[in-house]
Amino acid sequence: MTALVRLENIEVTVRDKMILSIPSLEVLKGEVLGVMGPNGAGKSTLLKTLALLDPPSQGKIYYQEEQIFNTQAPLELRRKCAVALQQSLLLDTSVYQNVAIGLKLRKNKKSEINKKVAYWLDAFNITHLAKKNAHLLSGGEAQRVNLARAMVLEPEFLLLDEPFSALDFPTKLQLLKDFKQIMSQTGTTAVFISHDLMEIKYLTHRLAILMDGEIKQLAQTAAVLESPNEAATPFIGEWKAFLQ
Amino acid sequence: MDLLLEGLKQAFNMFINGDPEIWEITLRTLKVSFTAIFISMMIGIPAGIFLGLSRFPGRRILLVLINIGMGLPPVVAGLWITILLWRSGPLGDLALLFTPTAIILAQVIVSLPIVTGLTSTAFQQLDEKLLLQIKALGATKIQFFIILMKETKLAIFAAIIAGFGRVMAEVGAAMMVGGNIRGETRILTTSIVMEVSKGNFDVALALSFILMGIAFIITFTLTFLQQRKRRI
Repeated sequence: MTALVRLENIEVTVRDKMILSIPSLEVLKGEVLGVMGPNGAGKSTLLKTLALLDPPSQGKIYYQEEQIFNTQAPLELRRKCAVALQQSLLLDTSVYQNVAIGLKLRKNKKSEINKKVAYWLDAFNITHLAKKNAHLLSGGEAQRVNLARAMVLEPEFLLLDEPFSALDFPTKLQLLKDFKQIMSQTGTTAVFISHDLMEIKYLTHRLAILMDGEIKQLAQTAAVLESPNEAATPFIGEWKAFLQ
Repeated sequence: MDLLLEGLKQAFNMFINGDPEIWEITLRTLKVSFTAIFISMMIGIPAGIFLGLSRFPGRRILLVLINIGMGLPPVVAGLWITILLWRSGPLGDLALLFTPTAIILAQVIVSLPIVTGLTSTAFQQLDEKLLLQIKALGATKIQFFIILMKETKLAIFAAIIAGFGRVMAEVGAAMMVGGNIRGETRILTTSIVMEVSKGNFDVALALSFILMGIAFIITFTLTFLQQRKRRI
């Protein structure tokens, strides 16, 4: 598989403090790459860098082998990515308008917007909420809207930052099932940040363990979970011990 | 009570009979107030957005000054403008003192900090992650600000309503820089002060009812626009 996004010698520093240091990282086309790590490990910074939202302090980003030179990534490249964060962060308007917003920003035709929004509302089982104000939704409903808003853009590259973490177990389980089905149908390349081993095992192909701004281990998800290396052992080990 | 009823009756008669002086004063009040609030919006909203979203050295001091400006006594604003526009003052050559433009200037000075300060507060309260999410949706810079303005619509309208209230209620500065000249700079608030000083309480009450009526209609309209589509 070829890389959709490649990072080379990336460093992010904030007030002389190193937040992220990644000599090399490839996100392969069609894969779901999981990222796990403790709080403050640099996961969200990595997501912002990969989503071309915040330029790194140093290093190169290649998108389909095209190097992004400018400090601000070109809009057309940014528009190939979609992001769903832990908080649903919906706008103060209807569910329909929230899902449609990205397409409107891209000046898609109205008929096309209607068609795509209807499709993704249905895919996430929220068609009945289309006219409801997004600020009146439950946590699970809001997160479905959040994911539909990202998926409706049919992104080449999807970035998810703990989108299921705030949900109760049955809602999370149902949404994970729906989401996995959608991901396998669309073949979207994704980076999935999570604290939850169950989510990581269920959704991702490869797993990167990020600690202190550095990738300590990167391999097939099963391999990392089965045999974490020395650096990743304290983090993964704690999880496994907890689950046993 | 009789005085109130008399005032109300007189206000009604003034409008029905089309008292030309009342119409002229009312129209001048509207023209001056709308121009002032329009200028305050054009400057105050972008300035408030900038102050709310950006970080630069001296920003906090600027915010303190704006907050002080919110409570600036209109008479003080009027005094400064009078000194600036006085014949021998730095802007004396413009010959603006005792003109409607001077009143507009005074009203802008008292309403601009309110519009700027309240807009800035609304933008400071926005979740940083929401800004990131909007950017991640693929918004251009202009689209980004349009979405944010829609999100802060309630607060921006509140800023305009508060600024407009200050403009409509302002009398000290208007009296000082406008001079309450009949046919030129007389507006409803200055007329009320003048009628009270003459002891014509019935006329003053009549004018106050007209002023309150205008303030009510405009505030009602702004509130209606503010609350539009906040259902479901």
